[in-house]
Amino acid sequence: MDVLKSISTHLQEGDEDKVSEFTKAAIDQNLPPKEILDNGLIAGMNVVGERFRIHEIFLPEVLLAAKAMYAGMDELKPLLVKAGIPTIGRVVIGTVQGDLHDIGKNLVGIMLKGAGFEVVDLGNDVSPEAFVTAAKETGATVIGMSALLTTTMVAMRKVVELLGAEGLTGKVKTIVGGAPLSTEFANEIGADAYAYDGANAVDRVKALIAEA
Amino acid sequence: MREIVTIDARDILPDPCRVLSAQGVVGPKPPSDRVIALLDDALQLLEANAAPKGLFEEVTRESFDAIYKGQGRNALETPVDEITPRSDNLALFAATIGEAVSATITRLFDERDFALGAMLDAAASEATENAGDIIQYHVFERLREREEADSETKLLRYSPGYCGWHISGQEALFATLRPGEIGITLRRSFLMEPLKSMSGVIVAGPGRIHEFEDTYDFCSDCRARGCRERIDSVLRG
Repeated sequence: MDVLKSISTHLQEGDEDKVSEFTKAAIDQNLPPKEILDNGLIAGMNVVGERFRIHEIFLPEVLLAAKAMYAGMDELKPLLVKAGIPTIGRVVIGTVQGDLHDIGKNLVGIMLKGAGFEVVDLGNDVSPEAFVTAAKETGATVIGMSALLTTTMVAMRKVVELLGAEGLTGKVKTIVGGAPLSTEFANEIGADAYAYDGANAVDRVKALIAEA
Repeated sequence: MREIVTIDARDILPDPCRVLSAQGVVGPKPPSDRVIALLDDALQLLEANAAPKGLFEEVTRESFDAIYKGQGRNALETPVDEITPRSDNLALFAATIGEAVSATITRLFDERDFALGAMLDAAASEATENAGDIIQYHVFERLREREEADSETKLLRYSPGYCGWHISGQEALFATLRPGEIGITLRRSFLMEPLKSMSGVIVAGPGRIHEFEDTYDFCSDCRARGCRERIDSVLRG
């Protein structure tokens, strides 16, 4: 089997050891790092994402595949950095101030990385100022905010307002998610998008970056 | 009456189907062997790390009214407003499965064991509900011993942050209940630590008092809809 196909197949099976092994093999064959990334790892994750979307597989299987993706990236990342190959986008994520629930945010981060994004994870209890500062310092074009509590989701509005005050509206897009949120809430606070789960977040962030 | 209840970790282990459902593993297709293995590992980790405890304290309706009023930020009309005046007994409660489970979840994510971490998180959330059920059962037993409850008595619990009871209500609840005694503290944002904890009021009375229509203003924004299942369970039971 073609080495890239092997990477993709084993990634879909969540076999991290095999993904690591075949990624090393692809590197040894002098395949361009970008080709290994796009046609091996990301190709595999795209299949996983699609199967998840149509309910053929479930979240645990997606997360096993994501772990395998990370194993492949461990081999590939030094070469991508050396070759100066940019990621498909940089996203700052975090759970908003006052909120410690980070499982949802972590899952979104894992899915975004699996799709080829660079993710700057600020953790939980992140102040509005820290979101904006991180976006400015890292050059991220998207800020992703998560909240589980109705009382903490108001901090998301502050981030949108701060971006406006800094003249970054439209340059840095915002996406929000979390159990109590909705598209209506995102619209109300002026966020650019709402995502209902990790796979949807990947689609929405791709769309936001395409619009930029 | 105030009572601290130490719970055996085995008694809060969740129904595997509920954990899988919380992970989105639903539908006619059986879960894969790998998913079943993850579930088994998560339940073992839960049992090894959980240190469940609970606490309840009976309060009068008058005392509860003051606690419920809290910072005055509740919705104008709420189910608790409607139900508690018809209740026979009320008890504040808190329950937790301890900090070690949350620490294990964090460690698993740090070690990239995402699937197991997420499965343990789902299991832990279900286990926390089970700890609440056990505290509720203890309240029932105390009422029954005093002949203030019988087979017609149904208990349901309500928590700040749900059904129009503003989460800031945690402040007044904690001031009275003092769940620090079982290791639960309140953050500035009214979030409890350990994260896998719950608190609120247990309402006891005939099953019919718990019935309410989900037509309050806040119901349209609610995705949980757990109230329907809970009301059905007491009306059926």
